[in-house]
Amino acid sequence: MPRIEKQIAVLNPQGLHARPAALFVQIASKYDSAITVIKDDRSVNGKSIMGILMLGAEQNSSVKLVTEGDDAEQLMAELEGFLSKNE
Amino acid sequence: MSELVLKGIPAAPGIAIGSAFIIDKQDFIIPPRSILDHEIPIEIARFEEALIRTREEIAILQKKINQEMGNQHGQIFDAHLLVLEDRMLIEEVIKRIRQDKQSAEYIFSLVLKKYAKVFSTIQDEYLRERTGDINDIGRRVLKNLVDENKLFEMDMVTEELILVAHDLAPSDTASMFNQNILAFATDIGGRTSHTAIMAKTLGVPAVVGLKDATLRISNQDNIIVDGRMGLVIANPTAKTLETYRSEQNRIVALRDRFDDIKELSCETTDQKTIDIWANLELPQEVPMIKKRGAKGVGLYRTEYFFMNRVDLPSEEEQYQAYKRVAEEMAPYPVVIRTLDIGGDKFISSLQIPKDMYPFLGWRALKLCLARPDIFRTQLRAILRASAFGDIRLMYPMVSGPGELRQANAILAETQKSLAEEKISFRQDLPIGAMIEIPAAVMTADLLAKEVQFFSIGTNDLIQYALAVDRVNEQTADYYEPCHPAILQFIKMTIEAGHRNDIHVGLCGEMAGEPISALLLLGLGLDGFSMSPLNILQIKKLIRSVSYKDARDIVEKALGLSTGQEVEEFVRGKLQELAPHIYSTENSSPGS
Repeated sequence: MPRIEKQIAVLNPQGLHARPAALFVQIASKYDSAITVIKDDRSVNGKSIMGILMLGAEQNSSVKLVTEGDDAEQLMAELEGFLSKNE
Repeated sequence: MSELVLKGIPAAPGIAIGSAFIIDKQDFIIPPRSILDHEIPIEIARFEEALIRTREEIAILQKKINQEMGNQHGQIFDAHLLVLEDRMLIEEVIKRIRQDKQSAEYIFSLVLKKYAKVFSTIQDEYLRERTGDINDIGRRVLKNLVDENKLFEMDMVTEELILVAHDLAPSDTASMFNQNILAFATDIGGRTSHTAIMAKTLGVPAVVGLKDATLRISNQDNIIVDGRMGLVIANPTAKTLETYRSEQNRIVALRDRFDDIKELSCETTDQKTIDIWANLELPQEVPMIKKRGAKGVGLYRTEYFFMNRVDLPSEEEQYQAYKRVAEEMAPYPVVIRTLDIGGDKFISSLQIPKDMYPFLGWRALKLCLARPDIFRTQLRAILRASAFGDIRLMYPMVSGPGELRQANAILAETQKSLAEEKISFRQDLPIGAMIEIPAAVMTADLLAKEVQFFSIGTNDLIQYALAVDRVNEQTADYYEPCHPAILQFIKMTIEAGHRNDIHVGLCGEMAGEPISALLLLGLGLDGFSMSPLNILQIKKLIRSVSYKDARDIVEKALGLSTGQEVEEFVRGKLQELAPHIYSTENSSPGS
């Protein structure tokens, strides 16, 4: 089963808060693959808004994404695109 | 986790070891409930059903709000995603139901609290505010898991635990008669606080005034409550735990050692019979005080009807309570004291001005005489109840015959109107005066001619006689029950009573302390009324000595110059005459 790890900068002006966090989870939930988001020493389920919010990721902070499953590659690509959007 | 020792005020003696349960009025509170292996899938299914039901409720609400107010407002319900759709939260709840084998509502409340706590510390203001949403949704789920309006009742406590609270209100106490509550620990409160009195009545240890126990102790922490030293120890080391367990066993052994004399008569070795009674506050205490060997109620305090409420208690409400106590205690006597409010006890339904010297202020009988409406309501309730048992009536803080006559005049009016209404009451209702003001001691011979009994209230008598405020820490050391002046006051009161053939009892802490109890016995006291915890110990003491010995001891004690000398002398005599009595079990510090 494919497993992908990537360190990604959060460019979204709101960081991974509120609306962006909800959108992140919505994207993640479309895929079958598991997604873990790691920041500092905290590791959370990427399909959980609670988890994502608790990371407290600000704009320009960096998070590590780990996707694992048959569609891990597509999931990683879409999330990377989402986090890199500076709008 | 390292051992954490919190120092507070000892409020009720004893040692308890158990699981902490934090009560926080701001939160929803769900007590633990263990489940069996085969119930795990049932609990998980209940949890999932509650989520589905809550989702449906929110969907309906959201639709309604969208229609009425537009999409913008409907979005506030997006917060439900945080709880109802959150995989991490849901998975954690399910995992912990399996692991901890506790009910769905209990696990859910714990997990939710954990998330809410993390959220409330997040820097982002918007997210911080979502804590409220999380709690709101959480409450909805809980309502679908447990009966609505019943998120927490003390009687839901089905497992042994130690209650840790900021403060316990008297309104909590009606449901506190629950044998699963092992002890109390509170952030605020003093030795005479409601928590202290309740704990003593229930016979469980309590420590109050711990300042921040609710913040420093967590739910389910293993804690020790040491009610003698006023300590609460969280997460004790194996060594501490062992020390306390053996001490606990020793205390239980001591307490049960006196159980065999419960049904024996309370008389000295030379056959002088003594009444041994309990002090009581709530009707619910009756089974407990009987279990502790009380053969009557020597002081039924009625203040708790009046406290922590904005209105005044009705005649019917009081009547039902008095009647219940009288019936359950029959054939034994129940001495009801009329309202003793003021001093350090205030009620919100009466606008009592704050006195500079509250103990010398508008208090007790003085207040009742100024407010005959309140007084009459209580007298009517007591009179009506007197038809159902051996009820006796007692006025607090009588200063002399003048006040007594005023009170009796109101009583006579009340009796007359009841008779006119053809309501039955005990015609020969015994009337007593509390002797707790030095002026009453000095006029005891006059008072004795107008009442059927005396009851000495030493807690107040000591502070008025020695000019010592018992609440003030600076003067606490001067509060000496065995002070020669106090012994003389008690002696004078008993002698005046006996000269006039009336019963003389005592209902202060002195009756329950072995040293002072031996002196009181020698002084000729007829009745001892005390905290139920001390009853069997004092009874054992009385059964171990002769009245003659006690009289000799008093005679010598009256020749000593200081309270300390008296105490040392009597302690020595106790060890000689009744060594098994002088145990540490019930030597609760002060109160």
